[in-house]
Amino acid sequence: MKNWFRAAMAIFWKDILLETRTKDMLLAILIFSILVIVIFNFAISPTPKMIGFVAPGILWVAFILGGMFGLTRSFGLEREGGALKGLLLAPVGRDAIFYGKMAAMFTLMMVVEVIVFPVFAVLFNLSLWIPWLIPVAALTTLGIATIGTVFSAIAMNTRAREIMFPLLFLPVAIPTIIAAVETSGVAIRGVELAEMSRWIPFMGAIDAVFLVICPVAFNLIIED
Amino acid sequence: MDDKPAIEINGLTKSYGRTGVLRGLDLKLDWGEVITILGSNGSGKTTLINIIGSLTKPDSGTVEFGGIGVRARATSIRRFIGVVTHEHLLYEHLTGYENLRFHADLFGISSADERIIIVARQLGVEARLNQLVGTLSHGTQKRIAIARALLHDPPLLIMDEPESGLDQEAQGMLDGVIRQLAESGCTVLTTTHNLDKGTAMSRRIAILREGRIVYDEDLKSSTGADGVKKAYASHSGESM
Repeated sequence: MKNWFRAAMAIFWKDILLETRTKDMLLAILIFSILVIVIFNFAISPTPKMIGFVAPGILWVAFILGGMFGLTRSFGLEREGGALKGLLLAPVGRDAIFYGKMAAMFTLMMVVEVIVFPVFAVLFNLSLWIPWLIPVAALTTLGIATIGTVFSAIAMNTRAREIMFPLLFLPVAIPTIIAAVETSGVAIRGVELAEMSRWIPFMGAIDAVFLVICPVAFNLIIED
Repeated sequence: MDDKPAIEINGLTKSYGRTGVLRGLDLKLDWGEVITILGSNGSGKTTLINIIGSLTKPDSGTVEFGGIGVRARATSIRRFIGVVTHEHLLYEHLTGYENLRFHADLFGISSADERIIIVARQLGVEARLNQLVGTLSHGTQKRIAIARALLHDPPLLIMDEPESGLDQEAQGMLDGVIRQLAESGCTVLTTTHNLDKGTAMSRRIAILREGRIVYDEDLKSSTGADGVKKAYASHSGESM
């Protein structure tokens, strides 16, 4: 167990270190997310009444489409110089590789969300402090990073991976995205605890299912 | 484990689509032995390396390391195998040290820094450890790749055309490393399509052709390097 954890942590730190060197993923997600938010803001010019209904959709379109850039790139770096093969030659379970890479992707997406949300809040005239958005963002990002890591591994071996990835990823991510938009709407409009207590466990359950299924799927994909 | 051969391969087959790459390959290798597998391009050398390294599943047949099935205990057996492939298997945006440190963590090596210094000195790359791998020459990348494979002190080292990309000096150094490893009891399996290099690297030579071992001799007990050259020419259809 100690070795498993050490290997997963090594993979996590390696991905974070690589990202701080290249900044490929971080910049792509950041720029794309901000662009989407700015464009929607100018295109819709929402009234105060509309904001609570349109803002959650815009927020998650920005995060998820931006995140897809990063997720496509996640295994791209492993292809260079056959680094993935080096990873697979190590005496670590494939699930340790999966959780290490997923945790790195989760962290990078959360960093982007923390940077982008204030821009979003200012443009849509929202409070900068909406506490309920924290668990919502964490659960959604966890789900997206979990599903995305598997499909990034699948797409890595296809020729048109930039096209294949969204085609594979989005249909499976739909329950997570719907839940994210609904709960964010509730959080932005003012919390109705009954509504929240319905959605948050649902999101947690989806994440739990993906956290169990995805490493198994990853193991099958990554093996020859 | 020690009373069993280091590697025992029986009836190994592997196909990609309709193309049969390995067709019932048998091979036995004792502890401390150094063998070079000669074969022309497409003869199945890389597939064989990938199967021994548990990267590729064979269609049928068995590969045992010290009497233990490589497929059945792949995760734990990887700890005892060092693999060098055509690709350097390193991250180009990390330094040589960071790459080696990462692999040391994956292999759970205690006192990793000391071990990194030892293998880096052995391969003559100590001075380059703080440079990004992507900025290094192909030869230096290859040396760090070999250092990576030796980092966990594996009793079995398999190398796919290790001499490719190395200059004369580095090739001499590689020969020295292989000799040292053999003296310390490490089993070494290398592949090459370079006949002269193959006979220089090891005493035991096997020729792989169309997915089977068609020649397997110890240079001392057979007709020597000339015999191997003749056998290679007759099996590969190449003129000498």
